[in-house]
Amino acid sequence: MNDQAHAVEIREVAKRFGDFTALHPTNLHIGEGSFVTLLGPSGCGKTTTLRIIAGLLEPSQGDILIKGARVNDTPIHRRNLGLVFQNYALFPHKTVFDNVAFGLKYRHVSRDEMADRVAKALELVQLPHLADRFPRQLSGGQQQRIALARAIVIQPDVLLLDEPLSALDANLREDMRVELKRIQDQLGITTIFVTHDQAEALAMSDRIVVMRDGLIEQIGAPEEVYNRPASEFVARFLGNSNVLPGRVESRDDRAIKVAIDGVGTILTEAVEEEGAAEGDPVRVVVRAEKLQLAAPEAQAEAGTSILPGGVEAVDYQGQAARYFVSVNGHQMQAVNAIDERPFRKGEAVSVRIRARDCVLLPSSKTEG
Amino acid sequence: MSGERPQSPTLYSAVGGVAGERGGAETPSVSAPARLRAALKRIDIGWSLITGYTVAVYLFMFIPVAIVMLLAFNASQFGAFPMEGLSFRWFVALWNNDAIVRAFRVSFLLGGLTALISTTLGVLAALAIVRYRFPGKNLISTALVAPILVPEVVLAVALLLFLRWLDIPRSFFLLLCGHVIFTLPFVLLVVQARLVTIRRDVEEAAMSLGAGPIATFFEVTLPLLMPAVFAGMLFAFTISFDDITGTLFWKPGGLETVPTQIFAMLRHSVSPEINALGTVMILLTVGLPLLGAGIARRMARTRGG
Ligand SMILES: Nc1ncnc2c1ncn2[C@@H]1O[C@H](COP(=O)(O)OP(=O)(O)OP(=O)(O)O)[C@@H](O)[C@H]1O
Ligand SMILES: [Mg+2]
Repeated sequence: MNDQAHAVEIREVAKRFGDFTALHPTNLHIGEGSFVTLLGPSGCGKTTTLRIIAGLLEPSQGDILIKGARVNDTPIHRRNLGLVFQNYALFPHKTVFDNVAFGLKYRHVSRDEMADRVAKALELVQLPHLADRFPRQLSGGQQQRIALARAIVIQPDVLLLDEPLSALDANLREDMRVELKRIQDQLGITTIFVTHDQAEALAMSDRIVVMRDGLIEQIGAPEEVYNRPASEFVARFLGNSNVLPGRVESRDDRAIKVAIDGVGTILTEAVEEEGAAEGDPVRVVVRAEKLQLAAPEAQAEAGTSILPGGVEAVDYQGQAARYFVSVNGHQMQAVNAIDERPFRKGEAVSVRIRARDCVLLPSSKTEG
Repeated sequence: MSGERPQSPTLYSAVGGVAGERGGAETPSVSAPARLRAALKRIDIGWSLITGYTVAVYLFMFIPVAIVMLLAFNASQFGAFPMEGLSFRWFVALWNNDAIVRAFRVSFLLGGLTALISTTLGVLAALAIVRYRFPGKNLISTALVAPILVPEVVLAVALLLFLRWLDIPRSFFLLLCGHVIFTLPFVLLVVQARLVTIRRDVEEAAMSLGAGPIATFFEVTLPLLMPAVFAGMLFAFTISFDDITGTLFWKPGGLETVPTQIFAMLRHSVSPEINALGTVMILLTVGLPLLGAGIARRMARTRGG
């Protein structure tokens, strides 16, 4: 058994509220010390999953294991977890010191050690001077740091965070993101982070679990989920993607030629596990940043496809621009760095797609 | 005055009309302020009528109370004006009247126990209703508040008949039960209102940190609930201390609370002693809640509520 390697494991865990299934039977392993993000749109079951792991919600079925031990029947206060909430949930009637020291009272820690550990935790979140304040005397960002200090001072087996940054304003959120990652690295604490913000997920995670309607769509490292989306949903949820339906025209062991409906033929790199045979319907996913616009006279190089197009709209963003390009009447998006000047609306361009930037998806699954 | 008032707007607008024919632009500046002034004057009179009426109502309500309090310090044998000098003799007489001192003791004991039991039950009931789901919840929460809606006499007679039917003799304990039943709704409502403002995630945070359900209650929920608990306790005490209807029905023979004692004394004569007793009651039942409200407000401030 390699249970020791997993800080948290859930096996066939599902949650139903009456007739409604918030979480379909799900399996998930979370490695010791890793930072795993549950990412997905509102209502997809992220909080439900987190609360089941925390012991705040009873699963309808399945087992939860923490450090290899089944904890289904262990109440939350014996699970040794650190929890951080969206709205901080500090104790309003206790000082910052007493807030942070709270968990230590239940862990047979001497007074001196308590003071010592609280001081260290406050230093870690860079607020050592606020110990005597009450929560209402702190800003939102400070409150969230104290909430984090309170959760980590007990040296929990797992740190669970449910959208901890979403109540903060944009600038502060980015600072806190860096800060949180620094603290997590420093402590090496296993962390499960819930968010619906893809930028947060990509920036902080070791692994991202993309969820949708109570199901896991894909699990992988940020680059993997971003560059090799397993489904159209993942491709669209993480940034701007072009999803082009078509049919396999021909294939050899290095490349697959796909005829995109009404657009033209493009070349994609053959990846061995994709069993697309000649004539199969497929979808080709290309990220907007990988769609290169060039002057109309550009020639195709080896391993790239060229499609003729016209710029329909330009969204100027400073160092880059987002173009809406029409290719034989089909709209595509391209985000390109600007070289000298951006392409103008109405300009004719050639759209260049490299074979290795294409991801092939079977079109058997019907998706929205 | 009021006879010519309705005419004035027409008068002013007539003037305004003439001015308008003569020189366009300044027309509104001539007539508008004047009209406004007239309107304001009318409003003024309306307001003073309302004010006067309100003052009269309050005087009607409070003058008798004031007279009782004033006469309590009257040196004369008779509880009537003119007063013959200031004296505390009636308060001293109260102090020396065994029946009254006994009644005070009963009332304090009864009020204190009622407050304690009502508040404990009220907090538990509020927790159950706000935090848990169980069958018959709506029914129970309505039943607990119902004693406020039912006239006290009806409640008193019903409980009395019920006890008769069960063949249970009246006792201090049953009197206490009666008081608990009709003070409970007040405590429940106050505590419930506060409890819904306490966020569930604060309690969840406490539990995640290692506090069991009981420790969480005493460390987090109760301290945050304290202002409401305190207010509920004072409510229960004052209501119990004040009560006469239910008490008359439920009290065992020979036991008197302060209100029933006053009632009994009034049957014989209106002695100045009663004025003194009334004064003490007023000070207690008005002073305690005021004091309590002050303390509760300070607690709410330090507890960030
Ligand atoms: N107690 C409940 N009773 C019924 N349905 C519930 C309950 N709790 C959650 N749900 C439903 O389960 C689904 C998943 O909820 P969950 O809170 O896990 O979503 P989420 O992914 O955290 O969304 P968000 O990003 O909005 O927080 C939602 O459709 C929600 O309506
Ligand atoms: Mg959520």
